Amino acid sequence: MKALRIRYSKLGKIRFTSHRDVARIWERSLRRSQIPIAYTEGFAPRPKLSFGLALSTGYESLGEYLDVFLRPEEAGDLDLAEVPDRLAAGLPEGIEVQAVVPLDAGAESLQQTVTSCTWHIEIGGVGPADVQRTLDVALAATELPLTRERKGRTVTDDVRPAVVSAHVIGPTDGPHGPGTTIEVELGTQPRALRPAELIAAICPPDAPWPLVRVLRVHQWTQAGGARREVLPLPSAATPPPHAEVRAS
Amino acid sequence: MTSVWTQLEPHLAHVEKPARYIGLELGAQRPEHGPHIVSWLLTYPDTYEIGLPNQGLQILYEILNERPDAAAERAYSPWTDLEAIMRRERIPLFSVDTHRAAGEFDVLAFNLSAELTYTNLLNCVDLAGVPVRAADRRPEHPLVAAGGHCTYNPEPLADFLDFVVLGDGEEVVSEITAVLREWKVSGRTEGSRQAVLRELSHIPGVYVPSLYEVDYDGPFIREVRPRFPDVPERVEKRTIADLAAWPYPRQQLVPLTEVVHDRLNVEVFRGCTRGCRFCQAGMITRPVRERPAEQVRTMVADGLRRTGYDEVALTSLSTADFSGIEGVVRDIVDDPAACGQVSVSLPSLRVDAFTVGIAAQIQKARRTGLTFAPEAGTWRMRQIINKLIREEDLYEAVTSAFSSGWRRVKLYFLTGLPSETDEDTLGIAELARNCVEIGRRYTRNVSVKASVGGFVPKPFTPFQWFGQNTLDELTRKINLLRDATRRDKALQLTWHDPKASLVEGLLSRGDRRLGPVIEQVWRSGGTFQEWSEHLDLGLWQTAMSDAGLDLDWYVHRHRTEDEVLPWDHLSAGLHKDFLWQDWQDALAEVGLPDCRWTPCYDCGACTGYGIEHVVASATPPAGGSQGTGQDLSSGHAVPVELRPRTPAGARS
Repeated sequence: MKALRIRYSKLGKIRFTSHRDVARIWERSLRRSQIPIAYTEGFAPRPKLSFGLALSTGYESLGEYLDVFLRPEEAGDLDLAEVPDRLAAGLPEGIEVQAVVPLDAGAESLQQTVTSCTWHIEIGGVGPADVQRTLDVALAATELPLTRERKGRTVTDDVRPAVVSAHVIGPTDGPHGPGTTIEVELGTQPRALRPAELIAAICPPDAPWPLVRVLRVHQWTQAGGARREVLPLPSAATPPPHAEVRAS
Repeated sequence: MTSVWTQLEPHLAHVEKPARYIGLELGAQRPEHGPHIVSWLLTYPDTYEIGLPNQGLQILYEILNERPDAAAERAYSPWTDLEAIMRRERIPLFSVDTHRAAGEFDVLAFNLSAELTYTNLLNCVDLAGVPVRAADRRPEHPLVAAGGHCTYNPEPLADFLDFVVLGDGEEVVSEITAVLREWKVSGRTEGSRQAVLRELSHIPGVYVPSLYEVDYDGPFIREVRPRFPDVPERVEKRTIADLAAWPYPRQQLVPLTEVVHDRLNVEVFRGCTRGCRFCQAGMITRPVRERPAEQVRTMVADGLRRTGYDEVALTSLSTADFSGIEGVVRDIVDDPAACGQVSVSLPSLRVDAFTVGIAAQIQKARRTGLTFAPEAGTWRMRQIINKLIREEDLYEAVTSAFSSGWRRVKLYFLTGLPSETDEDTLGIAELARNCVEIGRRYTRNVSVKASVGGFVPKPFTPFQWFGQNTLDELTRKINLLRDATRRDKALQLTWHDPKASLVEGLLSRGDRRLGPVIEQVWRSGGTFQEWSEHLDLGLWQTAMSDAGLDLDWYVHRHRTEDEVLPWDHLSAGLHKDFLWQDWQDALAEVGLPDCRWTPCYDCGACTGYGIEHVVASATPPAGGSQGTGQDLSSGHAVPVELRPRTPAGARS
């Protein structure tokens, strides 16, 4: 066993931490749980961790991933069954370990393996019919140009190929007023399309939909011509009861 | 009880660094509130990143929450983007722990570590929905309190604070809680606010500004006297005798987002008797109280295990002076549980080769940079400020650093010190250049950074009578140094904005007449004055002239011996004539050795309170001149030196 692949959720108040914050939280939690993490060589050794696709600050997720590289001399003594509980003790409220599997040498990195993500996006102040109309127009289009700043340059890309699917789930009536929740699957190769970018590409620039909540529901990989979750939730474990509900 | 979270939440996606408003840190508490429980909102009046690591606030947070009759939560100044939203949406200041509205607490207690945060204090009180002026508050409003180093002269904030705590807070917060509990249980009836403040004024260390009357004689203060016979004429600071009895914080907060000093902090001693005359912290926190080495080891080991930090700072005003520092550092670095991944940082390194030896032990791999604080450029100047390190000490330290593999050295200096000449100022450049030369013998990539701050005289220091250098003079001195250091690329000069020093100087030695000035600056939007992009000297100048006050008189004027200083009715334990004599010694360029290892010269800090230094080693640590100006070989006792002092009878 060279490394551990961990699937975890990020829900509630903690969604306001950044990708960098989450990396730091994991470093400390792993040290607290005394998992034998490997360190990088060189002048300033850092724990060897490899994160998957960054989750934007403010977004929640039912499936985030992290690879933790282990010290070879101690990795053998690690009892995999104990790992989730040991980690849980050191993690903040809102980050919950859902699955841990051993990873062998030569496994694809998370960045390489994930091909698309499914998102639930709650749009504020727009009814389901209006949302569906806009989605229909977008899906019927052959091109969806999106202009964005990248490394100080303005670039226009066609993001249509990255929109795998998009449909309305239903109306919502949360504490912030009525709205609509949609489910979209967005491609991540060669570059991930983010929910806010999708909205920018399909809405008129002067009236983007306000995003009340963005939740990553699945991260998919391709195996034998079919798509499957990078790590399915263990069959014994049912999803946490509050998974779809705000922890806060 | 109301939580503002549901109001706040939709806006957090639209502000910078929203993680600073969510709480949830490891060590955060959700205390129970109730009619018999005194609730404290411990507030740091600057951003979360600056305020969260504050150890004083964390210590009190734990001590209060351990009490069954108290509940403590924390708040920090919201950044300007969130503040605009809060004002627009009528969201009050809130605690990060449970997002409880600030106005629902019994006490808003501020940590005052820097004068430039004063306008933020007013802003927080206002955001809490509480009248900023103490006189306008009603029984339903929280009491507004302050503690921390700036409270040794709280007079500029007298209009806004209900009560102030001087000195160590560990014991006094419980005594205050007991009084406030009675008040709360009695229903906080009409008029009871005055009564409870009167009651609080009887607790040693608690100062209630509204119970004192200030008489003026033209621009000068004639007298500050209590309004009632039961109110003490002079408020003495609180000092805990034994740091070992207070192993706090036990559950240091580990933030979820980036903050300054993001590491485990273990305080190894409190107080300092080096006697640097510019240093307010060293004067007001006397005497020296060391934590037993064994307790330090336990706190470090437990703290690292609990927090998951890979860095620990051993904090104090001069950590190399801790008895047995070498052994403690060795044990931390060599602890097998640390797997060789734990680094130790020693803020405030002493300037000598011994210290570099300790640093070398710590930084086996990462030898990035070392920092020293010679503070002044010439021996004459260092005698005046009583930072008695010789040039050789610095060069030995720097030689030792470069020869053991460091390539970057940072040097801290002050300019605008008493009787400083251009020769003294330029001595800074000279010292720094010599350090570059030494470095070149060992490495091509030498880098020496000289950081220069404008000196601001502080209350309860021998320099409290000194007229601060003007903005023009400080700017001129910085320009002298810029010219003198321009040619060498290995030498970089950085400096503190003299405009900030000017405002700091105004507030640090100001009096009650500055209340309307602070209020006007705040009302004109002058918050976050610690932040260079927000500091607005013009606002202060306008407010001073609108109030008919003279900035020059407050900041740049030398005080005379007989002048009543605005803080004379408060006491840090130091005798005023000790400070005056030390000021005279300074002007005569006479140094004063560290009393930890020499006979007492009766500054008042121990004798007045019947306490003593707690120092494990009777001999000073090895190496260098030990800041005594004397050449000491390893481990020898310091020669006894008797110094003539003012006769005891002359003391009032």
